[in-house]
Amino acid sequence: MDILYKIFIEPFVFMGEAPDLLLQTLWEGLVSGVLYALIALGFVLIFKASGVFNFAQGIMVVFSALILVGLYEKGVPAFLALLLAVGAMLLLAMAVERVVLRPLVNQPDIILFMATFGLTYFLIGFGELIFGGSPKEMITDALYLPQGTTEVDLLGGMVRFQHLDIAAAVIASIMIGVLAVFFSKTRIGRALRAVADSHKAALSVGISLNQIWVIVWFAAGIVALVAGIMWGARSGVSFALQIIALKALPVLILGGFTSIPGAIIGGLIIGVGEKLGEFYWGPLVGGGIETWLAYVIALLFLLYRPQGLFGEKIIERI
Amino acid sequence: MSFRKLSLGLAVATLVGGAALPAFAQDSVYVPLFTYRTGPFAGSGIYIADGMHDYLQMLNERDGGIGGVKLALEECETGYDTKKGVECYESVKGKNPVVVNPWSTGITLPLIPRASVDKIPILSMAYGLSASARGDIFPWIFNPPATYWDGMSMIVKYIGEKEGGLEKLKGKTIGFLHLDAAFGKEPIPLLNELAKTYGFEVKLYPVAAQDMQNQSSQWLSVRRDRPDYMIMWGWGSMNGAAVKEAVRSGYPMDKFYSVWWPSEDDARAGGAGAKGFKMLNWHSVGADLPALKDIQKHVVDKGLSKAPKDSVGTLLYNRGVYNSLLIAEAIATAQKLTGKKVVTGEDVRRGMENIKLDPARLKELGLEGFTGGMELTCSDHNSHSPAFMQEWDGTKWVKISEPIQPMTEQVRAQLDAAAKDYAEKNPGWPKRTEACDKAS
Repeated sequence: MDILYKIFIEPFVFMGEAPDLLLQTLWEGLVSGVLYALIALGFVLIFKASGVFNFAQGIMVVFSALILVGLYEKGVPAFLALLLAVGAMLLLAMAVERVVLRPLVNQPDIILFMATFGLTYFLIGFGELIFGGSPKEMITDALYLPQGTTEVDLLGGMVRFQHLDIAAAVIASIMIGVLAVFFSKTRIGRALRAVADSHKAALSVGISLNQIWVIVWFAAGIVALVAGIMWGARSGVSFALQIIALKALPVLILGGFTSIPGAIIGGLIIGVGEKLGEFYWGPLVGGGIETWLAYVIALLFLLYRPQGLFGEKIIERI
Repeated sequence: MSFRKLSLGLAVATLVGGAALPAFAQDSVYVPLFTYRTGPFAGSGIYIADGMHDYLQMLNERDGGIGGVKLALEECETGYDTKKGVECYESVKGKNPVVVNPWSTGITLPLIPRASVDKIPILSMAYGLSASARGDIFPWIFNPPATYWDGMSMIVKYIGEKEGGLEKLKGKTIGFLHLDAAFGKEPIPLLNELAKTYGFEVKLYPVAAQDMQNQSSQWLSVRRDRPDYMIMWGWGSMNGAAVKEAVRSGYPMDKFYSVWWPSEDDARAGGAGAKGFKMLNWHSVGADLPALKDIQKHVVDKGLSKAPKDSVGTLLYNRGVYNSLLIAEAIATAQKLTGKKVVTGEDVRRGMENIKLDPARLKELGLEGFTGGMELTCSDHNSHSPAFMQEWDGTKWVKISEPIQPMTEQVRAQLDAAAKDYAEKNPGWPKRTEACDKAS
């Protein structure tokens, strides 16, 4: 009975007793969730356009952030370095299209997936060769990202809002909004959807597959850069950051691999869910549950919606 | 070129290349260095690797090696990955290494049973299995100058003294933020034992390797539990992220302690708010000593080092130097004991058991005041040496305590029990047959 009390009653009693901590946990979860959503968005964009699960998205986050910080350390002004990092992501998109995707057109998806594995390890090695393996500090001040904390007396306690977290949430939200509009309302967006449905049909109506792939990989590169700046500002830029990209997997399982709103809602559910789980139920098993809890949450959703929250329901006639 | 010709060419190249390699075994002493310059732990690993390499390289350049014999140095990249570390071990063991430094508790553990079979001493400097300090049970394993259990006892002792006595810890809560891996879990048994003895409560905050840079949950829990003190057992990017999160969450930094692994970069990551963060250490920081100047002159200035000039003398660089100081002393002692110039792993094991670093010897080595004295013996492979507490002042580490002796009574009892337990749980664990030198 005691264990049942600890699982089903005690956490909720504690939530009621310390609502400030509940609010703080929800806030931390939302911020993490928005950042997870941003990483997941990179996966979704590429999956929509080419049906490829881009394993390299995580290292693209690190690589883009390292280019930015590395250039700044070489004396390039911050905003020029930012521009050059964007340019580098465009070059990467073009190179990937030319060297990896184009030669593999019409190959099974698993081959393309394996190619992104190769790309990942190439970028890790190339990145370490150029920038070294040491962690670097994000150039938060030079990019005018806000610092400091606002402490608000709320619900009988104190809730701390990091200015950087607020900025991250706002920037990520704007970014997600712009991308959602771009890909749903513009001609390129419609072309992207056509490519996602069928490469052959898209080609037959004159859509350039190569051009779409470059655009989509470039967009995923920009998303990676923003995610790299925000995560880097929170906890430093190092190759360990690429592991955080794995957090996008449960987000994708939950939200669906092809849905931009799915990535956003999925990110928020996973972010908030894992923080609440770790904070209120983690101590029951000695902590450290958030790494697998995210997958449990995603799998629970899959029991009811196998295609994910917003994924396309695929009906194949036999 | 046909495939056949290409294959033939490759085979010839391999044979020619292979023939050039065994120079290691003939007229030099082969010292492999397990390092990690890549991966999530490279932030710590690079400094250590540079320090280890540069000290030994300096001996080669300045003195022609040790006792007139050159050291053949070779790095093997482990990425702090246990599997890769064991592969490194397998790849070097046929080249007659005189010692192996795994630089990871996770890698050390699977090497422990192999060492006595392969006759290769393992130096796990202030990491690895604490119980391996018992030379009578683990004749091939060395973990000086202090075990993780010693380190934990020193931190608890220091905190107790701050409170006005260890008995004042009763009713307090100590949070333990640790990497959720063999290394981070190693001191937990001792911490729990100390908690029982002194009546404080322990709260564990494990950090999975994939969440090293995503610690907001752990620090939310710290805010919930309000531990009176926090102790950290972190490595790689976990340390810097933890300092940042501690500052962000408003945890009082003067109550945040760490074992001896954070670097200057890690403390700096917390910005001005990191002031007051404390950690254990047992050697000096800085490059003013003659031996370190010689590294600069004979290695760094000549372009023989991978280290940038300004990293010589940093905390973890000097830690790597300390590690190589032990290797060099073990080799030199082995040469004295055996009368041989080109010593083997078995000789160096004896050398390790007879290392005696006292102020006079340190002065002779150009490292006066670098560290306290340390002596290993046949039965004590650790020395359980004291460490001091240092504090981050916003720009650099400042020594703030006299040497803190480990709580030997508590540690010893635990250590003996753990060593016995290890031998019992590994059927056929060999009884020590290696003779002890008179000197030890």
